[in-house]
Amino acid sequence: MAMPETRETKAPALKDDSQLQQKKMIAEHYRRLAHAGETGEKNVYTFVPGNLTELLRSFDLLPVLPEINALQSAMRGKSREYIAIAEKLGHSEDVCTYVKCDLGMMKSGNVGPTGEPLPKPDLLLLSYTGCFTFMKWFEILKQEYDCPVAMLHVPYQADGKITDQMRSYVVKQIREELIPTLSRLSGRAYDEDRLKELLRNSAQAEDDLVFVLESAKHRPSPIDAYFGGVYYIGPIFTAFRGTKDAVEYYRALRSEVEDRIQRGLGPVTPDGELKNERFRIVVEGPPNWTSFHAFWRMFADEGAVVVASSYTKVGGVYDDGFRHDPDHPIETLADYCMGCYTNLALPARVAMLAKYVKDYQADGLLVHSIKSCNSFSAGQLMILREVEERTGKPGGFIESDLVDPRYFSAANIKNRLESYFQMIEQKRTGGLS
Amino acid sequence: MKAYVGIDLGSTTTKAVVLGEDGGMLGRGITNSRSNYAVACDVALSEALINARFGLIAGELDRSGLDTDAKSEALAALERLFRKHQYLEQLRVFCGISRRIVGSDLLARDQRGALDEILAAMEAEAPALYAPGASRKSDFFRDLAGSRYLSLAEVCARSKRVAFDRLVGLFDKTILEVENVSAGDGAFVAHAEAAYRDFTGAPEALGLALARATAVPLEVAASVGTGYGRQTLPFPKEQIRSEILCHGLGAHAMFPATRTVLDIGGQDTKAIQVDGDGIVTSFQMNDRCAAGCGRYLGYIADEMNLGLHELGPMACASTRPVRINSTCTVFAGAELRERLSLGEKREDILAGLHRAIILRAMSLLARSGGIGDEFTFTGGVAKNPAAVDALAGLVRDNYGKLTINISPNSIYTGALGAALFARRDAQRAAA
Amino acid sequence: MSPLEELVGQAEALIRDNTLPSVRRYKEATGGLAIGYMPVYVPREIFEAQGVLPVGIFGGGEDLEIIRGDAFYQSYICHIPRSTIELGLNGSYEVLDGMVFPAICDVIRNLSGMWKLQFPAKLSRYLDVPQNFDAAIGGRFYRMELEELTRELHAHGAQPYDDDALRASIAAYNENRALVRQLDDARRLTPWTIPTSELYVVLRSALLMPVKEATALFRNYLGLVREATGRRPLDQARVLVTGSFCEQPPLGLIKTLERSGCYIVDDEFLQIHRWIKGDIETTGDPLDALVKAFLEDAIESPVRYIGDREKGAELVARVRASSAEGVLFCAPSFCDPALLDQPMAVKAMDAAGIPWTAFKYAENNGQFQVIREQAGTFADSIKLWSGV
Repeated sequence: MAMPETRETKAPALKDDSQLQQKKMIAEHYRRLAHAGETGEKNVYTFVPGNLTELLRSFDLLPVLPEINALQSAMRGKSREYIAIAEKLGHSEDVCTYVKCDLGMMKSGNVGPTGEPLPKPDLLLLSYTGCFTFMKWFEILKQEYDCPVAMLHVPYQADGKITDQMRSYVVKQIREELIPTLSRLSGRAYDEDRLKELLRNSAQAEDDLVFVLESAKHRPSPIDAYFGGVYYIGPIFTAFRGTKDAVEYYRALRSEVEDRIQRGLGPVTPDGELKNERFRIVVEGPPNWTSFHAFWRMFADEGAVVVASSYTKVGGVYDDGFRHDPDHPIETLADYCMGCYTNLALPARVAMLAKYVKDYQADGLLVHSIKSCNSFSAGQLMILREVEERTGKPGGFIESDLVDPRYFSAANIKNRLESYFQMIEQKRTGGLS
Repeated sequence: MKAYVGIDLGSTTTKAVVLGEDGGMLGRGITNSRSNYAVACDVALSEALINARFGLIAGELDRSGLDTDAKSEALAALERLFRKHQYLEQLRVFCGISRRIVGSDLLARDQRGALDEILAAMEAEAPALYAPGASRKSDFFRDLAGSRYLSLAEVCARSKRVAFDRLVGLFDKTILEVENVSAGDGAFVAHAEAAYRDFTGAPEALGLALARATAVPLEVAASVGTGYGRQTLPFPKEQIRSEILCHGLGAHAMFPATRTVLDIGGQDTKAIQVDGDGIVTSFQMNDRCAAGCGRYLGYIADEMNLGLHELGPMACASTRPVRINSTCTVFAGAELRERLSLGEKREDILAGLHRAIILRAMSLLARSGGIGDEFTFTGGVAKNPAAVDALAGLVRDNYGKLTINISPNSIYTGALGAALFARRDAQRAAA
Repeated sequence: MSPLEELVGQAEALIRDNTLPSVRRYKEATGGLAIGYMPVYVPREIFEAQGVLPVGIFGGGEDLEIIRGDAFYQSYICHIPRSTIELGLNGSYEVLDGMVFPAICDVIRNLSGMWKLQFPAKLSRYLDVPQNFDAAIGGRFYRMELEELTRELHAHGAQPYDDDALRASIAAYNENRALVRQLDDARRLTPWTIPTSELYVVLRSALLMPVKEATALFRNYLGLVREATGRRPLDQARVLVTGSFCEQPPLGLIKTLERSGCYIVDDEFLQIHRWIKGDIETTGDPLDALVKAFLEDAIESPVRYIGDREKGAELVARVRASSAEGVLFCAPSFCDPALLDQPMAVKAMDAAGIPWTAFKYAENNGQFQVIREQAGTFADSIKLWSGV
């Protein structure tokens, strides 16, 4: 996942080895994709929630994530145009802007974030996890590309638990339908040992990722778990989980964070180290991508650090102890899929967020409601009230969108955020003496 | 005397409140917002200080022994004449600027004659505007002078065969400059003395009171700015507070038992929960969608060719309110036209529309945590009797019998809260 | 008032009353449970087999004022969950012992969890229907889901599961659906005898009563419309309405379409009646029969994965089968399934040369001027150009 470079100079001292590593991984990945036509490497388009990267890579298949393409387009300022193209083609203004951005990008030559074209999908792996729109997205892409689709239906954790029949359903689909499909596509036999090896790597990286996420429990927090967080989850959630590169990345990242903790440093922001942590916030909901850095600054300028977020769990929840288990390779893939954040029911989401507010000593929960995403958004107002009640801490509410700049009003958001931070401040100091 | 200032820069009006050391209100002022925020703040503050001075005069008169009627008559006359001189001063500035604009524009030579006639007429009629018992369209120079100018321009355009549009254009250019020029200090003294001289038969006590009140030093010890336009407020960051907090605190100051505040402004709607100390515990805003704000009523007024202030009374006359389902402003017009064409009565449709806007407010309140006792309703829409009726009914039906507070001064709520913050900041710094 | 008018009037009164009086009557008479279900599809047979009345929850309609429901949903989410929560909170659904939320979309899915938090004492079940249609995989999963449903109903006070009872219930619902097919056929053949605004009211009221009562109602209605010889054909365009399978259009909208020159000869308003195309087996294991019917004999829908089938092919087939001259895409605002599907369905229409037009609605729309004009123009253009 490529993140654009910030133009400001970085904070001195630390080498940010992990950031450089990530850039290299991503660049290499897109290079391979761009040359797949010549090299004959096959690719599989799939989604972040419920991504089976280890399984794909065990077959030497390259993963492509349209959601990531969409957010990249937004960060590069192209999403407005792409969405307009899709809407001209008849796609409704009411539907998910990731889909429209992706379609617009496709119609404009499918050029990826590094300026090289992305290959057509050899297979659409429809990991139907936590989001209804995914189903339609790949039905649409199937028509556009006329390529095969593999459906993986991941059942919803409606009752807050994974039952044997839910697991067995996913396992059967993987074993009896998906694996043969991947085998045919790649021309290789299923290699369970190889898969186990990759899963061992995943578990290792997950340990380090969880350490990084939980480092925010320190005061001051050495990381921002939302804006900074999207960079940290990149390799895990996208094309690299299970690879040696990812293991090294997370090892490097972990040691950088350990170093920051030792030195009592705050998180890195686009404007350098955040020195005065004034507010500790838990954020629910995806970020905005079209004004990502401006949005970040609205927090950083007020000394607000996000100490925990639900978005960093959208491609897998690991801080509850789950690790990919190489001893039960297929079952663990099934459990991983079902555990992704948007596949959890409201009561579980409320519990998770309330726990974050408590465990991370946060000043409150901020809900960022995204117009495109019903999966996150439907019920957020109830989540806000429930968490307020359970934690006794004030809640805040802001609204924008993923990649449609028409829905990001900086003035409105800044107004609400400042009011929220001042509200917290006022509560702390007891108002008028 | 130390004074603490709060300034609320809104989209339509800018308000200022001045508090004394004990937290009591000394004065308040309001002016129309304009492109130069610094000037808008200055003018609002200046008005508030003028109001404070008049308050001091009144206080002095109390000690003078003058009887109540004579006292209030004297004050009213002084204020009226004060305003006249204020207006004349602004008119002088206006004349200078408009003549300069027309003079520098070679193509506008034909307008010079017309302009001279208009300005002469405005100067001549000014005293009458401020005669005892006269009622004025507005107290803002832009509105008052504007309406006089346009009426005179219409006549002049015909008689002098000049295009009316161009005269209007001239007014627009001129007023922009006029409004963005600061009044400057010392204006109170000059206008007050002129007013006193103008006041034939003024009681002697008034002269003394005026002299004493003018001598009191008013030192602005701290000020806080708020309002939607505060992003570019001419204040340093530490002196800016969110309008939510200012509004909550201001409402608490006006009604100490208040727990929920609803503010329906022109551009946005706020639902605020406060605790016993006026501290905000939760809030929700509607700042994206016009439905549920005053803007909604503005569209309706335009659609029906009515003045905004006429909507409420007409809606109150309804005997059979129509159910309006579209809460979207975009469709409100269409629904309105359809209902009219179906023969529904205007007052019934209006009643339905008022209910619709209040229903949106009820949702926002529910999102912010419901409605607690006491419930304070502020903002321009709080002056609308139909909106108040609809709100009272819905509150009663859904939350039981609560005390609903509506203050005629609710437009100053934000500025009051800001001033209270200013006072707190100053006292904390001194401690 | 004619018997036909009386029947339709009673049906309309029933569906407009959000406090569910017919459900109350059922419970008083039988002592059984009543469980609400959200639109599209649930296997109602299972409910009645355990003495539970399945109650169709299709939104609060045009007359309901939303006071509390809007506190739960942002403005860019459709209307039906607001009215449903509103009715839950204002006591209208007091008579229900619980709710079942089938897999439709993320909004309804999340609502199932919200319902649990808001009404913890009531049953709240999410029915996760399979998007894998292999009998050994998706079928097996679905069977487990259904077994879980029967257990949960029993745990909540319903009669225990029994094979024979389910077979009998399946038979009763087969008979009911056969009548729906008869009504649909009659409407296709002679749409002037069965206006859709009327049929709709009858079909929707049927979801508030036990299946046998509903069957009697259908029989009665069918007989009465056959006798209503005063209904003469008009020169109207035959249209199929698609996209309104969850949040329902206001009755006024359906009437508006008919008054603007359209005969609605096929629609999706109450898909639960047509979801299973034919009869379900009444021999052998009845749960397996339900599973089999779901996997193999269900209609195509935007909420259901298309798999290897061609998107829109079934829609085209339905257009041909009903001799429809055009298609009205009629979707609720913000409805992901309908609006995401629409461009694909439109492609299929264009490829097949079927004229279409599209608009959006909300269940509480009060005015239909724009839709009237649009539908009217569409109907006219069909009549003018159909010969070309």
